[in-house]
Amino acid sequence: MYVAVKGGERAIEAAHELLAQARRGDPQVPELTLQQVSGQLSLAVDRVMAEGSLYDRELAALAIKQARGDLIEAVFLLRAFRTTLPRLAVTRPIETGRMAPRRRISATFKDLPGGQMLGPTFDYTHRLLDFALAAGASAAPEPAGVPAEPGPMPRAPAAVDPAADVNGDARGPARALAFLDAEDLIERPPMTGSDDPPDITRDPLAFPAPRAARLQNLARGDEGFLLALGYSTQRGYGRTHPFAGEIRMGEVEVEIVPEELGFAIVIGEVTVTECDMVNQFAGSATEPARFTRGYGLAFGEGERKAMAMALVDRALRADQLGEDTGAPAQDQEFVLYHSDNVEASGFVQHLKLPHYVDFQSELNLIRRIRAGTPRAVAAEPEPAAAGEED
Amino acid sequence: MIAGYNFAYLDEQTKRMIRRAILKATAIPGYQVPFASREMPLPYGWGTGGIQVTASIIGRGDTLKVIDQGADDTTNAVSIRRFFARTAGVRTTERTREASIIQTRHRIPETPLREGQIIVFQVPIPEPLRWLEPRERETRRMHAHADYGAMYVKLYEDIARYGRIATGYDYPVVVNGRYLMRPSPIPKFDNPKLDRLPALALFGAGREKRIYAVPPHTPVKSLDFEDHPFRVESWRERCALCGSGSSFLDEIVVDDSGRRMFVCSDTDYCSGRRAKRSGAEAA
Amino acid sequence: MSDAAALELAPDAAPAVAPPLLAARGLAKRYGRRTAMADVSFELWPGEVLAVVGESGAGKSTLLRCLSGQDEPDAGEAMYRRLDGTAVDVLRLGDVRRRLLLRTDWGVIHQNPRDGLRFGVSAGANVAERLMENGARHYADMRAEVADWLMRLEIDPERMDELPHTFSGGMQQRLQIARCLVTRPRLVFLDEPTGGLDVSVQARLLDLLRTLVRELEVAAILVTHDLAVARMLADRLAVMRDGRVVELGLTDQVLDDPQHPYTQLLVASVLPA
Repeated sequence: MYVAVKGGERAIEAAHELLAQARRGDPQVPELTLQQVSGQLSLAVDRVMAEGSLYDRELAALAIKQARGDLIEAVFLLRAFRTTLPRLAVTRPIETGRMAPRRRISATFKDLPGGQMLGPTFDYTHRLLDFALAAGASAAPEPAGVPAEPGPMPRAPAAVDPAADVNGDARGPARALAFLDAEDLIERPPMTGSDDPPDITRDPLAFPAPRAARLQNLARGDEGFLLALGYSTQRGYGRTHPFAGEIRMGEVEVEIVPEELGFAIVIGEVTVTECDMVNQFAGSATEPARFTRGYGLAFGEGERKAMAMALVDRALRADQLGEDTGAPAQDQEFVLYHSDNVEASGFVQHLKLPHYVDFQSELNLIRRIRAGTPRAVAAEPEPAAAGEED
Repeated sequence: MIAGYNFAYLDEQTKRMIRRAILKATAIPGYQVPFASREMPLPYGWGTGGIQVTASIIGRGDTLKVIDQGADDTTNAVSIRRFFARTAGVRTTERTREASIIQTRHRIPETPLREGQIIVFQVPIPEPLRWLEPRERETRRMHAHADYGAMYVKLYEDIARYGRIATGYDYPVVVNGRYLMRPSPIPKFDNPKLDRLPALALFGAGREKRIYAVPPHTPVKSLDFEDHPFRVESWRERCALCGSGSSFLDEIVVDDSGRRMFVCSDTDYCSGRRAKRSGAEAA
Repeated sequence: MSDAAALELAPDAAPAVAPPLLAARGLAKRYGRRTAMADVSFELWPGEVLAVVGESGAGKSTLLRCLSGQDEPDAGEAMYRRLDGTAVDVLRLGDVRRRLLLRTDWGVIHQNPRDGLRFGVSAGANVAERLMENGARHYADMRAEVADWLMRLEIDPERMDELPHTFSGGMQQRLQIARCLVTRPRLVFLDEPTGGLDVSVQARLLDLLRTLVRELEVAAILVTHDLAVARMLADRLAVMRDGRVVELGLTDQVLDDPQHPYTQLLVASVLPA
């Protein structure tokens, strides 16, 4: 006698126990602390904060630990927590121009006020597995703050450039693109659509989406997806002729203006990576030719993400700039509807949930089609065997 | 109930927002209302849309039934039922008749629903025109113009190729003579149950951020041609457990040689019939 | 004085002539600083084929796009007389009603079959879609009608379940014509219908088109740069240059005795053969 599968609840509990064991691993090995995760796997933490759109190193570290290092699962945990948080205040836009950068490079200018600063980068490492690290010995830390080539260029306070109106603070170096702006050779940062940007976690996306909504979407979008899309624009699927105008990484202050005070107060500091891309110029009979821009920003040290985002941001403006469109990275709906790894992961993996009712319908159908005489088989339901009643 | 969370998990502001979407959806049968879907602690694809709808309408006096593939004991149904038991502390049941709210994935119960009940469907892809037009801007325009000729192209192609309409589940319907709608991936066997259903039917798509509805007693017509009328599937077999000859049957492979048996997909319906039969035998 | 009275008093008002099917007045369109179309006026009578000729950039396509609702003119009106006798300005009809018109009373045949056909579904479905857009819901009847139309356009009905990409360019164009004519539109827009085809294929297609247009008494606006095509199909001819109609008259008259210097040039440069 067949007995239908039961005991779903017990099975789920058992699965959770197994998961906890697997997460812990060998109990002889000391358990990871959140400080270890946050301090030694800091780029994983940064990525989870960026795509989880919640700046909290400790919670991100917890999510990574709980997710056994599965970063998309960790992003999901952080998002599900974030959605329950009250919105207490809206911060003022962060001023990346006032950042004290720990890394700052420009590929478009050999040298510029403030200098080039490599900071903690993998860029010039030789990718040789460091077996000393395996033995537990840390490589000797390099002295920080050494300027990159060319020449000895001490990190000076920014020479205040009159054109760099947004960089009035002496704390950070002038933006590289401000020098182009002073000559009117690059477009002004394109308007994001309104002073009061939409919140894509509170309002459904509508198309065409304003740039503010697009940038929000990209900022929390999957790094791998943006990387592939950005790469595709370089290979010809929506070329934008990009140059890395400036990449900077460092700490910026976060300010709010409490209603009862009426002026801004600093509530903390976040690390961000920003990429200003300089792209092919546009112009017309009435408009002088100017370079265009793409913009990327990520929580933490997320240079690959910020650069890819800048490429995709620029590609998504093709329509508005009157360029030929049709490449995947230029297609708003395609990009914005598929950038979110929590959504994508859920929908791809839901295929493992039971679908046996749908499949039964398909089975019935294919058998009838194969029976070859469709009209005969499509007839009324077979009369049930005699003697039974419903 | 778990501490630290609001009744039924969602905050009251979010619930109000979703209720407004539900009201609008109910006022325009079959029309997909965009809503600000929240990120839920369950993955997209596991029923986040249905869960948000249920969370927004459920009250302390409600009795909740959750089914997946017709069964109350499939893992995902168990998991969602537990979610509401933990976050709302409401009564749960496996009996269709006792439930005031039924959340479902892929089936409509065999036991006829009555007035006052609400059935909440989990919807993966809400847009019936998606297969031929991937762009949201374009499909919304097609709905606005009731420009549905293209949808019949699929039926036409099916018949030309297979001699019959080759859609077994998520079979498109026209609601109240106006909006084309996906009934969610229920087998087409269940489509006729939606027509003039006395209960309110709500559909939630979390990832796609849409809610739509079929109010009680609304005509729901499955697309077809005059000479290829809509038909539901039928089985030569009967349920091996309860003997039903009129319910949707799951095919179960029982041994390595591929022998099959057929049992009701609706576990509550099946066990109810068996209980009645054993009662009758005992009498 | 009312318009009706004016008409009655007009000394040479032709008595039994039906009113025009389409009357365009003062159509104008600019793209930025470029004038694409200026002060274009003409009338189209039921069953008449009007060809619009000129070089590329003359404004032919702009005119066609504006009339068929794919673009919006800056000024002017285009009164279309519907089956019930009432006239509407199609330029101010609104999206919903214009699209309804496009799938019932009107048809568009594009130069590139990809713009007028669904390449993902069978040839038969392409033709049947027009019928289904107009409410047809009987599969067997539609199959019969589709087969009939494929035959009229010299496409073997045996191939109706094949995908359009398996067809030759000429067949794809004929399929597009079948899809357009199956619902018996009253007005068809033809945009360089023989554009991408070989000369021999062109001739056959034109011959077919001419027969069908006459047989169905469908009015048509034909945009072409090819005066031979215009001569073969059109009753009347409008010559456009720099967005304006420089000459309008009976096809043979315009081609054999061009009045405007530009038309003379056009005819001389193309027609000596």
